[in-house]
Amino acid sequence: MPTMNTTPHPELASHEVELDRRKFFTQLGLGSLGVAAAGTLAFYYRYLSPNVLFEPSPIVNVGRTENFPTGSVTLDVDSAIYLVHIAEGFFSLSAICTHLGCMTAWKPELNMIACPCHGSRFNREGKKLAGPAPKPLPWLKLWLSDDDELMVDRSITIPELQFLRV
Amino acid sequence: MPNRLETYFDRLERTRVWKSIFRSGTGSSTLHNALAIQQNLFLHLFPTKVRKRMVSLSATWYLGTLTLGTFFILVGTGVVLMLYYHPSVPQAYSDVKDLRFVVSSGLFLRNLHRWSAHAMVFLAFAHMFRVFYRGAYRAPREFNWVVGVILLLVTLLLSYTGYLLPWDQLAFWAITVGTNISSAVPLVGDKIRFLLLGGHQVNANALLRFYVLHTVILPLSAVLFLAVHFWRIRKDGGLYVRQSEPGNVENSAQPASEEKKQS
Repeated sequence: MPTMNTTPHPELASHEVELDRRKFFTQLGLGSLGVAAAGTLAFYYRYLSPNVLFEPSPIVNVGRTENFPTGSVTLDVDSAIYLVHIAEGFFSLSAICTHLGCMTAWKPELNMIACPCHGSRFNREGKKLAGPAPKPLPWLKLWLSDDDELMVDRSITIPELQFLRV
Repeated sequence: MPNRLETYFDRLERTRVWKSIFRSGTGSSTLHNALAIQQNLFLHLFPTKVRKRMVSLSATWYLGTLTLGTFFILVGTGVVLMLYYHPSVPQAYSDVKDLRFVVSSGLFLRNLHRWSAHAMVFLAFAHMFRVFYRGAYRAPREFNWVVGVILLLVTLLLSYTGYLLPWDQLAFWAITVGTNISSAVPLVGDKIRFLLLGGHQVNANALLRFYVLHTVILPLSAVLFLAVHFWRIRKDGGLYVRQSEPGNVENSAQPASEEKKQS
């Protein structure tokens, strides 16, 4: 139909304007639906993220230095940390395996830390010896409180081989 | 004796109550049979007519139907297990223990729930293997294959969320490991884990969230996709039977020796 390609009839042109208005309202409607959907998503995302958590504090009081003789590796099961005392001083390691989050255990007979889930092994400084763990066990911030008690902040990791000397 | 039974049923089918439920009336004509299916909410998802070989054991080994059967068992046993189970940290473990040792028939119902869950995963996989190796996933059934994959994911998520509910050591560490896997997703992994657990560790929030997922959200989505799955079977021309497909060698007039050469 060649007539369609020539200049449009005035009535046809006004018809196109009407179509444009319809298109405009369609887009306005769809746009506001989109905004509402995005708002709903953001609303529920925020709703599902709790603002207050009843989880234990990351700061743990481990106790007095006398409880940890030189050469000892002590696992605190409740807070999932190791307190290690060697000749260079004290340090604290996270006991959470860096592979998939299981709790490791100190094996004195093997002189190493082992994870029961997938067989990762670490030495007492947290260095990986075997297994699927991608990273060494992180060193945690350790300090002496005013009451001479060892304190560990599980949320703060420090570079390796920073010993606390008492 | 059978005569009296027949007259009893005839009289029953003439009652107003019966007719108000089964509107199509009685009769053995094709129309009546079709109407009986079409006018029933539960049956109308299915085709009004099915070829006999489509419902023979050799066509499908009934693997899909058996998967649905385990789902029904799981809903039935799951609902009654909910009557004794509290999804809270102090109670969850002892409730499950009570179900085993104190509640009458609790051990049976819980074990039925557990074994049906294992069976459902196994049967869903078997069903998919059967569909795959028969080529029943091909057009026009490719959409239904995708619905089936979604149903497999829902099944696995149901198993996974149910794993936490006994709140024992196995549950705790399994969910610790599983949610740590989800945190391996690039960029948003830790956020997914946080939303899934409702916190940073497997705790009271995580137990409640997994409970709601396990008992409400995932079963409802399973029912929704199951409905689509069955409706789609009808829309795609019924269950897949190799002989009934156009273009299959068995259907053509070729001799058997030709057929062997082609396959």
